[in-house]
This record gives sequence, structure tokens and C-alpha cells, in this order.
Amino acid sequence: MNRYLPLSVLALAILAFATLMLVIAPGMQIDARSVPEGLRKFTQSEQRGRNVYVAMGCVYCHSQQPRSPDQAPDVERGWGRPSVAADYAFDSPHQLGTMRTGPDLLNVGARLPSEGWHLTHLYQPRAIFDWSIMPAYPFLFERKDQAAAGDRVVALPPGYAPESGVIVARPEALDLVAYLQALDRTYPAPTDSLRDDGYASGPSVEDARARGEDG
Amino acid sequence: MPITLGLLLALSFVVSLVGLAFLIWAIANRQITIDQHDAETVFGPGETRGADAGEEINPHVFDPVQAGIDRISARPVLVLIAAATFWLLAGSLFGLIASLKLHWPDWLDFAAPLTFGRMRTLHLNLVIYGWLSQAGVASVMWIIPRIFHTPLRRPGLVLVGALLWNTGVTLGALAIAQGWTDGEEWLEIPWQIDILLAAGSACFIAPLIQTARARQVHHIYVSGWYFLAAILWFPVLFVVANLPLFGGAQEATVNWWFAHNVLGLWLTPLGVGAAYYFIPKIIGKPIYSYAVSLLGFWGLALFYSQVGIHHLIGGPVPTWLVTLSVVHSVMMFIPVIAVAINQHVTVAMNLWALKESIPLRFISFGAVMYTLASFQGSIEALRSVNTITHFTQYTVGHAHLGAYAFVSLVMFGAVYQILPRATGRVFPWPGLLNLHFWLVVIGFAIYFFALSIGGVLQGLAMLDATRPFRDSVEVVLPYLQARSVGGTLMTLGHLVFALNLLGLAFVAREDSANAVAAE
Repeated sequence: MNRYLPLSVLALAILAFATLMLVIAPGMQIDARSVPEGLRKFTQSEQRGRNVYVAMGCVYCHSQQPRSPDQAPDVERGWGRPSVAADYAFDSPHQLGTMRTGPDLLNVGARLPSEGWHLTHLYQPRAIFDWSIMPAYPFLFERKDQAAAGDRVVALPPGYAPESGVIVARPEALDLVAYLQALDRTYPAPTDSLRDDGYASGPSVEDARARGEDG
Repeated sequence: MPITLGLLLALSFVVSLVGLAFLIWAIANRQITIDQHDAETVFGPGETRGADAGEEINPHVFDPVQAGIDRISARPVLVLIAAATFWLLAGSLFGLIASLKLHWPDWLDFAAPLTFGRMRTLHLNLVIYGWLSQAGVASVMWIIPRIFHTPLRRPGLVLVGALLWNTGVTLGALAIAQGWTDGEEWLEIPWQIDILLAAGSACFIAPLIQTARARQVHHIYVSGWYFLAAILWFPVLFVVANLPLFGGAQEATVNWWFAHNVLGLWLTPLGVGAAYYFIPKIIGKPIYSYAVSLLGFWGLALFYSQVGIHHLIGGPVPTWLVTLSVVHSVMMFIPVIAVAINQHVTVAMNLWALKESIPLRFISFGAVMYTLASFQGSIEALRSVNTITHFTQYTVGHAHLGAYAFVSLVMFGAVYQILPRATGRVFPWPGLLNLHFWLVVIGFAIYFFALSIGGVLQGLAMLDATRPFRDSVEVVLPYLQARSVGGTLMTLGHLVFALNLLGLAFVAREDSANAVAAE
């Protein structure tokens, strides 16, 4: 190891090879899959809400990638079928997440469709679950002496309600809830779906796919 | 399609193995001339071995040749270290707040910048880009001229790079606090601001290449391989990962290709390279088996570069891709053992030096943690283990074993070793160096064991369908509280570290220069 140039060229070549394997090849494979019929683009309000989700850093506690029943009981917890690559066709930046301090949210809109529930929960999670360690987001709401026409008043149990007046949702909170309600990938997975099947037992996964039963 | 991809997977593995076999063949047949004699490149001509250890006890005259080299690098190195220390303190504070908020969720909840999601993000970005990267670059700028026996070229450009880099980190932190983020882990700083960081890192490359080409020794010492490769790898990774070409699941693979390579091809080479220089330098004996270090370096490049997708095990990405990263994660045992043989055996044969040199104590503790973190990472990537530990605090513990106990501790030692030589002063309160060591080691031990145990319990609770989700929250709660205790001790240690640096800057007298050991 006495020459600078070969060292640099080889080092960069190895990185290029890794990029081919980890970025380019899977990228082409994922790109080739069709967008599921049941998946729709976000509305403007949902997209604004998604931006709030990203800006608040929800991803650091909530994943959006239910695992397969071969690996974990995510389906039984109501988090939805195992997600496939095409489920994220309209997600950018991706919010797959690596942590479950809180539950998986990919299908939270199907599991918890109520706007009122989400507003209360975002204003003060412990108003609903006393064991929750989720942050409260009071700055997405404001206290008013009296709700004006069109205001969305947050329902709060005694002890969490303000001493006087009402708590109403700011537009950011309403957008965020619109996004959470839109998190719904309960449509069937496409037959050419792509995901990590490394936990499936036996060689039957591809066959099951071919028969349209998702594994 | 599946056949083609199976082939690709096999191809990647075979290429890596062939590369490794070729390397072993080349070493065995002396195609690459490298022998134990090359390991002595770290020492100057006629240098008294062992001079670096125990500078407080063993005063020597200042070596003018080395001083000429160090005097050029000193200014950029001192600027980088000062900035790095500032970000370490800020990053630790945000980390501590984030940790406390996990068990005091209603504390500091009145403003968006204070929410957990932003505190945690500020912590990560400040310690990675503010502290570790800059402390690492400072070590590179200090060590490269020394192993090449020639002064650093273009030190002014390094200062420009440091200015751009710190402007980028500052603006990045403000952006994250305001909620302006690119929204992917490790890539939160908006790409518009990332241009400053990329430009800053480009300013670090030219001086190093010029210095390498002007070197006065034929052989490039092992630290040089790690440093020269890392300084090229980082800008490539950083720019590619910021390209707006990706979306959805594809973006996730790019995200983790980048994020794990920031550890594997940037922070790890900085830490390993610094340890490879300082351990023999402080002890005064060359590393144990120099030829093995080649295996460690090329093995790291081949295997570490492909492990990133183990962060997406069980996720919506191709099976072959996950398997590829799992296999390479396990293969990391090879380069890690190679480095371990060299570094730990050298220290183990010279245990006396640990008593004499506090910098060595930091650095060899960090080197041992590198071995442990890598072993743990290889095992954690196994599908069966990952099912339990993924999505839990266990991963956070592992991340800190690598980035903190390994890289940060090596950097603490490097800074303590560099500063007296860069300034010609000695630390006014040697006892506080020792206090710093024990605060961060004990703090980290609490931190690590709390999150590892708590994480496994959390994972097991989540895997048990008969237990409600709340069980996984309640079971980990006491361990999150313990983590805050550990984190507080670590933060106190960092305050002591900063105090030591301030003491050197303002309390130590200039005339103490003669007390710094010659090299």
C-alpha cells in the first residue's frame, strides 16, 4: 500500500459496487412494480398534514411498515397486512421508521377513523391513555373564550379541559388528522408485490403469490 | 426477474470473496509489499520509542522537525476541535432533553421546536456532523502530515472548509428546530443547506491529496488508508443520498445505504485510523501484525459498504436485498477481528502504558468498544435476533456503543493527545482528565445496559400477541429513566472535557512547553 491513486480508485470502485447493489438494482426492481389500484394520491390537506407529520418527527417513534405474520403479530394488533414496496408509491420523504415506541401507523386511518379522537389524542394523549408517553402537541391548538363559526372544538375530559373557554384545532392539527385518516392500505396487495419474505416458512411464498394469496 | 436478482446477490457475495481471496494471495506472495518494518512509519528517524507515553512524568526536549510539521497543522486542527467541542455540548444537551421527555412527556411541551421529534433530531445531527465528523477531521489533519513526514499543504483551505461546515451545521440545526427537514433519518438537514456541508468536505480533500503526493516516506501507513479513503467516501455518499431522484420504498434503501455507510465508511475509518496511529505512537512500539491490517481495511470496504439494508429487515424491500445485507453484516467479523488482533494485542502487551497515559486509556477503551459494537451489530443483523430487537430501544443502545463508546472515546483520547502538542501547553488539572474518563465510562455503562435489557423486554412484549401494546411501553419505562441517569453522567463528563480544554487555553502557562514530550 504505497501508492495513493490505486488506493483511491479501488476505494471508490468498491463504493460504486455497493451503490449498484443497494441503490440502483433494488431501485430498478421497485420502480418496475405497478401502483396498486386501491392506492390514491394524497389530497392537498392530507399532504400538508403529512408535512406536519414529517416536521414533528413522528417517524422517530412510529413505523409505517407492518410485518408479515411469519415474523410478528402485527396483523393481530390491527396494524394491517404486511406492506409491500408499491404501497409507498406516493410517499416522499418515506416514513418507514425504525422504532415502535408507539404503534405502527400505516393503517391508522382504517383502525381509528374518528377525527375527534385524533384531535383529543394529539392535544393530550394522556387524556385517552394514562400510560401513554407520546408528546402532547398543544401548540397545534389554541384556547378561545368562545368557539367561532367553523371552529373545530376539541372534546376533553375534566382535568384536561381549560378552566374557561374551549380548545380549538389550528389548521395544522386538522391537516395532520386528515393525513392520519388517509393512512389506509387495506386494499389487497398487488399480485406482483415486493417485500422481504425472508421469514416465510417453506418454499411456498412465490406459489402463494401466484395464486393471489398474499404471504 | 427473481433469477436475475438471485444471480446479482450471488455475484455480490462472490465478488467480495474473490476480492478478499486475491488480497490474501497478494499478501502471501508479496505482490503487495508490506511488512512489519512499514509499521514503524509512525516514528520519526532516530525517535526514542516510548517518548509519547506519560508526558507528565517524562519530560523531553521538543523535537524541531516534528514541531515544524505540527506548527502548520495546529491552527486548522485547533479550530476544528474547538467547534467540535461546542457541538458536543449542544448535542449532549438536546440528547438529554430528548431522553427525559420520553419519561416526562409533559415537560417542555409548549413550543414545536422543543418536541421530542425535533430534540432527538437535533441531538443526532449535532453529534454526528458537528462533533464526531469535525473531531475526526481534526485527527486526520493532525495525523496525515505526521505519517507522511511533511507539513500539511494548504492549511488555509482547511479553515475555509471548517467555516463552511460549521455554517452548514448551524443553519441545519436552526432548520430542524423550525421544522424544515428533508424528513429521513440521518439526512434531516435540508439539501439546500447540505450543499454547504458538501462544499466544506470538498475543501478537506484537496489539502490531504496534496500532502499525500508530497510525502517524504514511501509507505502509506494504515491510518492513511482509512483516512484517505474515508475523505473520498463521505462526499460521494452525502451527495448521492441528497439527490432528489428517489421516492417511496426505493428512497428507504437509499436512506439506509447512506446512513449505515456514514457509520461504516466515514466515522469508523476516522476512529479506527486514529486508533491505529495513536496506540503504537503512545506506547512506542509498532502494532502487532502489520500485514493483517490490510485485511482489516479492505474487508471493511468490501463488507461494511453493503450492510445498510439490515435496517429494513422484514420491510417492504426485496428479500434478496435484505439477505445480502445480513450476509455482509455477518462477514464484518473478518475485518473487525483483523483490527482487534492488531490493536488489542499491541495494548495487551504494554498494559503499563494505560496507567501512564490517559489519552491511551480513552483510545484503547474506544478500540475495544469497536470490536464489541461490530460483533453485536453482526449478531443483531441475524433475522431471528432482529425480529426481537428491531423497532426497540436496543437499537439505540447499539448505535451508542458504536458512535459513542467507540468513536467518541477515541476522539476524546485523540484530542487530549493532540492539544498539548499543538499548543505546547499541558493540561492544568490532570485529575479532571481522569474524572472525565470515569464519568463517561460509568455513564455509558448505565446507558447501554439499561437500553439493551429494556429493548429486549420491549421487543418480547411486542411479539407476544396476548399482551396489549401498552405492556411494551410500560416494561421499558424504568429503563428509559435509567438511560437518563447514564446520559446525565455522560453530559457531565462532556462538561469536564470542555473545562479541560478551557483550562488549557486560559490557565496553562506558555512556558510549560518544555514539559510536553518530544516525538
